[in-house]
Amino acid sequence: MKCGSRLERLIAGGEFVVTAELGPPMGASLEAVDRKAEFLRGNVDAINVTDNQTAVVRMSSASVAIRLVQLGLEPIMQMTARDRNRIAIQSEWLGAAAWGVQNCLCITGDHQSFSRAGKLLGHPGSKNVYDMDSIQLVRTLRIMRDEHRFQGGDPLEEGMPCRMLVGAAWTPLGDPIPFRVTRLAKKIAAGAEFIQTQGVYDMDAFRQQMKKVVDRGLHERAAIMVGIIVPKSAGMLKYMNKAVAGVSVPEEIINRFDGKKGSKAHAEGIAVTAELIQQAREIEGVRGVHIMAIEWEEKIPEIVTAAGLLPRPQVEDDVAETVAENA
Amino acid sequence: MIIAQRKKFEELLEMVRPYRRVLVLGCGGCVTVCNAGGEKEAGLLATELRLAARTHGLDLEVKTETITRQCDPEFVEAITTPLAEIDAILSTACGVGVNFLTERITDRRITVLPALNTSFYGATESHGEWSEKCAGCGNCVLHLTGGLCPVGRCAKTLSNGPCGGSNNGKCEINTDADCIWAAIVERMEELGRLEELERIEEPRDWSTARHGGPRKTVREDLKI
Amino acid sequence: MSQTQSQFEPRIVAFCCHYCAYTAADLAGSSRLAYPSNVTIVRLPCSGKIDAIHILQAFEDGADGVYVAGCMEGDCHFVSGNLRARKRVEHVRSLLSEVGIHPQRVEMFNLSAAMGQRFVEIVNDMTDRVRELGPSEVSLRRVATVDDESKAAPAAKDK
Repeated sequence: MKCGSRLERLIAGGEFVVTAELGPPMGASLEAVDRKAEFLRGNVDAINVTDNQTAVVRMSSASVAIRLVQLGLEPIMQMTARDRNRIAIQSEWLGAAAWGVQNCLCITGDHQSFSRAGKLLGHPGSKNVYDMDSIQLVRTLRIMRDEHRFQGGDPLEEGMPCRMLVGAAWTPLGDPIPFRVTRLAKKIAAGAEFIQTQGVYDMDAFRQQMKKVVDRGLHERAAIMVGIIVPKSAGMLKYMNKAVAGVSVPEEIINRFDGKKGSKAHAEGIAVTAELIQQAREIEGVRGVHIMAIEWEEKIPEIVTAAGLLPRPQVEDDVAETVAENA
Repeated sequence: MIIAQRKKFEELLEMVRPYRRVLVLGCGGCVTVCNAGGEKEAGLLATELRLAARTHGLDLEVKTETITRQCDPEFVEAITTPLAEIDAILSTACGVGVNFLTERITDRRITVLPALNTSFYGATESHGEWSEKCAGCGNCVLHLTGGLCPVGRCAKTLSNGPCGGSNNGKCEINTDADCIWAAIVERMEELGRLEELERIEEPRDWSTARHGGPRKTVREDLKI
Repeated sequence: MSQTQSQFEPRIVAFCCHYCAYTAADLAGSSRLAYPSNVTIVRLPCSGKIDAIHILQAFEDGADGVYVAGCMEGDCHFVSGNLRARKRVEHVRSLLSEVGIHPQRVEMFNLSAAMGQRFVEIVNDMTDRVRELGPSEVSLRRVATVDDESKAAPAAKDK
């Protein structure tokens, strides 16, 4: 075991892993975090904590991830390249790892221009960083963990390793589609051990991409978890189909919401999610699912039940031993 | 070339308000080519200022002159307008010209003001349309990316692009912006070099860019 | 309308394309069509020769109104000169607004060499319009501004 996280053990044990997302609050209280966390407890194996998603200021991913550790849950801290240079990023990793955060998803991050949307003013005039890109983040974290070196070359202090399972995101159906498998290969070559994809609705197209992934043997080198964004309405699906890069929604899925509003649309959304998860499970190379119920965490229990993902497997509580062994 | 755009007239009028005798100084370099601050634009701005002075009842005298370049000492030294007769220079050069004039102007009483917003290093797409091509990062990677720059032309300066925001060849930030990484992939494929993009580019050394502080180059063989 | 305004004879500069409006003005003359004498015609080889600075300088030199007259759209001898002229006139309107001159003081017209009557209409329309607007904001102020010669004092004003 590289870091002994629950996620790592489940992947190693060949389990079909389930993760979900928890969006930190736009305020300085842990109440919302604690409340959302309870919807996820026992229903998923690990919880992604988003890092100022869509460039909107929220409580930092590291601090929320630490809170989840305190609550006895397993976080996957997300880290974007947008807001921090390599100094800040590595420092954040040290802090989070010291507090028991054992997984990190390295992503480039939405451009800050996204922060102005709907009613939000955001910070479109902020300066972005992108000192490194997601692939370089992956590489840097692997070097810190495995070679105990910082990106610049200095060693980490003796006996104080930065133990984290390293993940990356993948947009399988983003343009240019033929190059997406190459980009996944780069992320895995850089050291990504698990992959969470952008939301997939078009399972046929995803299946074709996965065939190429399997042909290259990439599925054996990293655990690929298909991302599913839980749909709430036809409007949301149409919006994503039109406006979100790399997300295409087949007509027949949108049509299922015809004439459905409120609770009926919500029920349809959960049914669609469960079906998509079941279809994804059948695809060779898919090792898990990442459920994105955006500001809808309370529906996770219902979704995982409908998708037949319960009960979640247990891991023996020998994390401490593993840590001791590796130290 | 350096691409610039003229500041809003209101801003310029406020800028020159404290001065009575202003020289609008045009530049015959890049800003002439991008129609932002050459002889024609300097003349137009001077006329506008004179008209505005009349409609606003300002005591403002505006002259104009254009020199070959505002970034070389020999041309700055050759300004023909008597400096004693002006209080401020409103330069229609890029920021380089404004800085250089400030440092080189012999009459230290004279304030140099910027008439333009200096925007980027770009090229003319068609008459009246310019776009950014280079960021002047000091460490060129164009040989690795099929001649198209990910530093100057990717919104996220990605070394290992494209990110997930590439859509039909356009960037996620807006549909007017091309995704340069999509173009790089296409170009490398055209060149039969696509497999080179499998290589992972290491984190860049940004010290050659502005992040390393103000830059300077010296060619000893050219110096006396 | 006040008495002064009704008596006000605006000074108008017409930048006319050699191939159409200028010839139309000639035709109007030889047809003995009467039009106000307050218009000064400047001949251009093409309306596309017009530049913002020419129009602005006309105002600086005391014009109350300026118009550019080019060939009918699609009939420019230089393909797109009249289209460029129209865009420049639009641009000048925004410049005039910036400096405090009414943008309606400038206009773009299209006509052919055969339209002597139309030329007369344009002159009349423009004269009426500018008369309505009154003397140019620049010439109104001109009396009040300091004489150029007296502006010799060296230092900046209030720094």
